[in-house]
Amino acid sequence: MTSATTHIAIIKAPRRIRWAAMGPFIALAVVMLAGMVLNSNFATGTNMANVVTRSAFIAIIAVGATFVISSRCLDLSVGSMMAFVTGIMILTMNRLEPSIGANAIFVGAVVGILVGATCGLLNGLIVTVGKIEPFIATLGTMGIFRALITWMSDGGSIPMARALREPYRPVYFGDVLGIPIPVAITLIVALVGAFILYRTKYGRRCMAVGSNADVARFSGISVTKVRTIAFVIQGLCVAIAAICYIPRLGAATPTTGQLWELQVITAVVIGGTLLRGGKARIWGTVAGALILEMIANLMVLSNMVSEYLVAAVQGVIIILAMLAHRFIK
Amino acid sequence: MNAVGALPLSATIALAVEARTAAALAAEGLTKAYGPVTVLSDVTLDIRPGEVHAVIGENGAGKSTLMKLLAGYVSPTAGHLLMRGQPIAFPDAAAAEAAGVVLVHQEILLAPDLTVAENLFLGRELSRGILIDDRTMDQRTAEVLASIGAHCHPRDHVGDLPLAQRQLVQIGRALLQPRKVVIFDEPTAVLANDEVAALLEVVRGLRAQGVAVLYISHRLDEVEALANRVTVLRDGKMIGTWPAADLSQRRMAELMVGRQLDVLYPPKRSQPSGTPLLAVEQLSVDHGAVQASLTVRRGEVLGIGGMIGSGRTELFEGLMGLRPAEATRVELAGTAVEHRSVKDWRELGLVYLTEDRKGKGLLLDEPLAPNLTLQALDRIHPRLALNRDKEAAALDKAVRDYDIRARSVHLNAGQLSGGNQQKLLLAKVMMTDPCVVIIDEPTRGIDIGNKSQIYDFIDHLVRSNKACIVISSELPELVGLADRVLVMRGGRIAAELTGDQITEHNVVYAATSGNAYETDQQDHITINKVGDQNDKRDDAYRDH
Repeated sequence: MTSATTHIAIIKAPRRIRWAAMGPFIALAVVMLAGMVLNSNFATGTNMANVVTRSAFIAIIAVGATFVISSRCLDLSVGSMMAFVTGIMILTMNRLEPSIGANAIFVGAVVGILVGATCGLLNGLIVTVGKIEPFIATLGTMGIFRALITWMSDGGSIPMARALREPYRPVYFGDVLGIPIPVAITLIVALVGAFILYRTKYGRRCMAVGSNADVARFSGISVTKVRTIAFVIQGLCVAIAAICYIPRLGAATPTTGQLWELQVITAVVIGGTLLRGGKARIWGTVAGALILEMIANLMVLSNMVSEYLVAAVQGVIIILAMLAHRFIK
Repeated sequence: MNAVGALPLSATIALAVEARTAAALAAEGLTKAYGPVTVLSDVTLDIRPGEVHAVIGENGAGKSTLMKLLAGYVSPTAGHLLMRGQPIAFPDAAAAEAAGVVLVHQEILLAPDLTVAENLFLGRELSRGILIDDRTMDQRTAEVLASIGAHCHPRDHVGDLPLAQRQLVQIGRALLQPRKVVIFDEPTAVLANDEVAALLEVVRGLRAQGVAVLYISHRLDEVEALANRVTVLRDGKMIGTWPAADLSQRRMAELMVGRQLDVLYPPKRSQPSGTPLLAVEQLSVDHGAVQASLTVRRGEVLGIGGMIGSGRTELFEGLMGLRPAEATRVELAGTAVEHRSVKDWRELGLVYLTEDRKGKGLLLDEPLAPNLTLQALDRIHPRLALNRDKEAAALDKAVRDYDIRARSVHLNAGQLSGGNQQKLLLAKVMMTDPCVVIIDEPTRGIDIGNKSQIYDFIDHLVRSNKACIVISSELPELVGLADRVLVMRGGRIAAELTGDQITEHNVVYAATSGNAYETDQQDHITINKVGDQNDKRDDAYRDH
């Protein structure tokens, strides 16, 4: 555009500190400090490693949920999907173990990944092609996955073959360079998630769809495709969490992953991702998962509040986080 | 612009004072300002029992504001209202209704899942003791429906009714209690021709009952058929009030426009337009356009005129694949186009810039760079990963080329002024280097400096052998920019104007008048009428 007007140079202002973005990390630091003051056992290396490892499952699934939520959808089925994937994996490994031995674990993991991706795809297609509200669609699949694991286990449990326990054990209990393997996997998942979300075209489109689906549509972005892929990413994350989870208890039961969807959504939301879409914070999500696990741990360690109230305290936290978010903004 | 046949001043005042004491509702010096922006200034008019008083004006002339002031939805900044000569103020719409003044909204504000009777009595249900008195309400509803010629049953669900019946239900709701003044806000905007005729009968019936009717419309044929007196608004100012018998439709159009072109516009291009670039045959869009055909040539600015709601935006959203649409044939640069989606069009070199800058154009909560590159991500980033440097470079270039002014590049798009948002949006669609650019309302809500820049941009675009389609509600813009203008009415292309035919009043005339152009022999301007689909509505009116 040529015009007679003079150009006003854009002044590159220094980035302000964004308190809204820092919130989850400050909260995490506060919880840790409180833990140190309240209980001497809290800050020990063993306990910390234990807490961080236990938080890995929620953190990994929540990374996937960050994609779904930032595209303005919701997945309530993650907890029962996790149980379902766990059940399928164990059944597969048990079947193959007599013939191929410990290699069955690798095959089981691949099957788990495929099943997770398929479950995610199913959720995605119901929401996007079937045009059903994500809340209702995934409420439906949540019931389906939960019923399937209950049916597969006949209401009891599906134990992993004894011969696989030892070779599979390190995936949860082992470490590389002192870092517990589930923690390392969480880091990798979060790094890849952050790369996809912040550094790829898909991530940009995901934000655009969550921020304003009309603008995305008018810009030639397929809202259907973007949202379906988000659900598939969610399914993959559930499968990865399942792979880490199996050696911990060595079995799948009808209560595996029960109510995890609430913890996952809580972690995402207290991490600073907007439920209305368009703003996603992967590292905030990871911090959110850590906060939840630390508070539960602190309540178990100290005697001030009954550990039966863990869920209540987590409920209070999500409400406080939402209020804080509004006031900081 | 002077009033036609104005009386001497003293006589005018005497008449006006007398009229106002008899008026069911009168306004004196009514003014409304929002902050520094005056949207309506110094309007004085009266509505008498047993008359239809029409208010006409272009989009943005202040019609809606006037009617909201009269019905108590907003309070005036200055001036006051009178009923039967007594000053009165309406703190809210409920107070106006209590005084017998009611506004029938243009949009249909009914709960689709409730029945007709439930809607009519919503918020004022009748009861016997603690029980809802359905029987009485159904009875009253049936009476009201019969009085306005509605053919639905009180127990019908509103969502199942055709649009015209819903409109009548809405009118029924307004007329549930006896009214002194009924204000209609473009009641026929959503109606088909035969439905319009029925609605006009309802209005005539009210007038016969001695109700004072204020009728707001931009369909001049209706106004001519219905009104006793006509008040013209333009740019928030009152131009005057005339007996309807003294005004032809053409004169009304002139009074509505009454503006002069200024020097905002680049000089028209002298060389003739080149080969056809985009050709569309018989494009029909659901709830929008009907069998619209158009061609735009290289080096040409094609203007699309017509009132809001005439199907302009729907036509082009349909062309872009953003709405369900069908066409017999679409060609770009001589090649038939099979798949129409924003993405496919982008590859072929056609882009559409939406009129809804904030709702469909920009991500207001995102910074400038992601907004700029959203439509061209594949072009800027051939690989999977985003290249931040290229993105920054693209933003730098766009800021210079399009003169986008922002305090900081870290601002979100929503923090820019309207004009800068529009230039950012323009830069965004131009990222893919298109050969045909469709701009819907290029300068809505932006200041004059930015307007002139956008006009210059359009001029440069077509001078570089590309083509531009400009959809605009601003008449001077169409006249100042376009080499050719298509005027839409009721989803169809009603007229094509070229060369000297492109005048503001011809556009208004074609956009509003159902009546035949042929009868207007005194005017030397001929308008090439496209198709004869409009004759149906004309007949509907001639019947009355």
